[in-house]
Amino acid sequence: MSEVILQLKNITKRFPGVVALNNVSFDVRAGEVHALCGENGAGKSTLIKTCTGAVIPDEGEIVIDGQSFKQMTPQLADKYGIAVIYQELNSVGDLSASENVFLGNEIRRGVLVDKKEMARRSAEVFESLNIKINPYELVKNLTVGYRQMIEIAKAVSHNARVLIMDEPSAPLTNNETENMFALVEQLKKKGVAIVYISHRMPEIFRLSDRITVMRDGQYIQTLHTQETSNEELIKLMVGRELSATFPPRKTMVSEEVLLKAENLAGNGVKNISFELKKGEILGFAGLIGAGRTELAELIFGVKEIESGTLTWKGKEVKFHCPQEAIAAGIVLCPEDRKNQGLCLPMNIRDNISLSSARRLSRFCVLDWKKVDEISNSYKEKLQIKTPGLFQQAKNLSGGNQQKVVLAKGLATSPELVIFDEPTRGIDVGAKYEIYKLLNSLIEEGKTIIMISSEMEELIGMADRIIVLAEGHYGGEIRKEEFSQQLIMEYASKSY
Amino acid sequence: MKTLNVKQFVKKYAIYLVLLALIIIFSIASPQFLRVSNIVNVVRQASMLGIASVGMIFVMIIGGIDLSVGSVVTFVNIIVAYFMVNMGMNPVLASLVGIGASTLIGFFNGWVVANIKIPPLIVTLATQIIFEGWAYIIAGGMPIFGFPKSFAVLGQGYVGIIPIPVILMVICLIAGSFILNKTFFGRHFYAVGSNAEASELSGVRVKRVHYLAYSLCGFFAGLSGVVMLSRTNSGQVTAGQGFEFDVISALVLGGVSVTGGAGSISCAVAGILIMQILSNGFVLCGISTYLQMVIKGCVLLVAVGFDMLQRMKESTVKKA
Repeated sequence: MSEVILQLKNITKRFPGVVALNNVSFDVRAGEVHALCGENGAGKSTLIKTCTGAVIPDEGEIVIDGQSFKQMTPQLADKYGIAVIYQELNSVGDLSASENVFLGNEIRRGVLVDKKEMARRSAEVFESLNIKINPYELVKNLTVGYRQMIEIAKAVSHNARVLIMDEPSAPLTNNETENMFALVEQLKKKGVAIVYISHRMPEIFRLSDRITVMRDGQYIQTLHTQETSNEELIKLMVGRELSATFPPRKTMVSEEVLLKAENLAGNGVKNISFELKKGEILGFAGLIGAGRTELAELIFGVKEIESGTLTWKGKEVKFHCPQEAIAAGIVLCPEDRKNQGLCLPMNIRDNISLSSARRLSRFCVLDWKKVDEISNSYKEKLQIKTPGLFQQAKNLSGGNQQKVVLAKGLATSPELVIFDEPTRGIDVGAKYEIYKLLNSLIEEGKTIIMISSEMEELIGMADRIIVLAEGHYGGEIRKEEFSQQLIMEYASKSY
Repeated sequence: MKTLNVKQFVKKYAIYLVLLALIIIFSIASPQFLRVSNIVNVVRQASMLGIASVGMIFVMIIGGIDLSVGSVVTFVNIIVAYFMVNMGMNPVLASLVGIGASTLIGFFNGWVVANIKIPPLIVTLATQIIFEGWAYIIAGGMPIFGFPKSFAVLGQGYVGIIPIPVILMVICLIAGSFILNKTFFGRHFYAVGSNAEASELSGVRVKRVHYLAYSLCGFFAGLSGVVMLSRTNSGQVTAGQGFEFDVISALVLGGVSVTGGAGSISCAVAGILIMQILSNGFVLCGISTYLQMVIKGCVLLVAVGFDMLQRMKESTVKKA
């Protein structure tokens, strides 16, 4: 066993209302690839941020080379050679490859930058890592894969001894991924300790020596890669019992096809086909970036359909803007309530009536009496807790804001409601209320598309689940077969 | 408790208190200020500003700005004068064509802002210079005069003791208030100004709201230009110089937010009166035009600064 370079001991971090990390321990050795995996929100990113000083832990210690720290700072991280390759690359397009390698650390001769020397030194680094990049090439002319390599080279030129890679393969093509793997192997040989975060099982098994699983901010287990299996890993990642309870509901699925997509593509979505039956809750599962929101945007007319067809109630349609979709009977409750769902400075009544204002007016003149009636009736029906309809929307709690967004949609009497992460950031009690609302919508004869990253929520609520992976159709799961393992398996397919 | 109430009162009616203070100050400084003839004069001068402000308020509520208002006033001034004098066009027709042209200019501004996503500040800065240039080209830099007599009624006539421009302004203010408060698309202006993305997802045609707001701005600027032409009885290439500044200042003083989403006609009226009383009072007190510019600039800065500080306070309270 080689020496441990970086060790995190019993790290705890609390954010208001959530324990993001609960007594998590983790270590990485020289020349090792240690994979860190877990669902979205398991606490991986927060853990990484404690290593770089971006997050200051409440409890625990960080040990580097036997020296113990209560917290890190970016300067300390740099000094001890801890570098992170983030998903979003930080390279500057208008600078050359070598200038990017030395960004913030330029070699100077007097006041001038010594471009020649920088190019020579980066060429050395590139060569030692077997990277084939011309140091003078402008970064904007390079593909994402090469840009990532430049960032890795930059870390190496800073004598990085711990390299943390956050979903490095996510933006890469297959070929680029192969090159990246080769680079990781190189670094391993040089004795760099690598923390590798990924959702993709095949990569984890191919590259890593050890795997640590996290779930809900908890440390679960560290495994030796050779002694575990795909199935065991998925089970550990998702393996909780269904903790939230879901209100019971009659199945209302009919034979009538309400919405049909055939080879739908555009907005990052690739050739997706499915049928939605009237009265159904169709769940869409997948990892972040799998294309679920993007698919909803295509259906709702936010983004343009590039190819394929959409059939709504037996007629082929193409909505050019959300207003056309709403007029046809579809509404969307978007993922980001504050930025996409509500006009926060406006009052509740104006928010509720925003989508329906057009039909509540005659010759363009609003019927304020009707507006008040409708707003009041939805306030009662959805039990929006507020002192009055003239409260600004920003003063409401998350759950009540979600209800206002829903009320706005329902006021247009839609047939299909698309919920994108309906319970994100909502506490458990309010979640249950939202679930009951979904059920009552179904019982009123409406149809629902439910996008969620919480698998248990989909399993508890949906009649059928379609899993997307990297913009593609990953698979369909019928109610009898619902399981988190199966969803994860489909969701981590790579294309 | 009592101090709090006073504080709230001052905050709510600050703009009217400022207006009152100005009236008191100027009536002490100049004995002519409170004479009926001067008051009628102030209100009549305010009418051009008021009419143009009604248009601008739509643009500012959706979070935009229109710097071209001043040169649109000039442009309309010149083309209407040109049509009547050089082409012998009927005054009513000439006015309608002028207002139609200004509405189209507004529509163009809105179209570019909404579709090409150039910041409105830049788009309207460009159209400002373009139409000022056109005005000079058409007029050859010289004033145009010699209109049919009937044309003067619009700007110089009275109904009883009330000047016709004032009546027009009141009609425009009421129309603006009606659009903002009573029509469904009026509510859309506020929605787009407070959150364009949420509005789009709620079925508001955000682009169309832009077209409409800027077109209305052009329309009212054009109307204001025609009234001004009739009042001065000659087409001047400097007619609208700096006019956008007065309009924007008046609205900001009247509590229309520079970041969009908030503002009402009733408060804007106070801002319009303040700007006009400032101009009038300065003249009566013999303050030079150049010093007036300095003071007006400071007034705008203070007004915007006040608005921004208020917003910052609100958002820090929310965080805490």
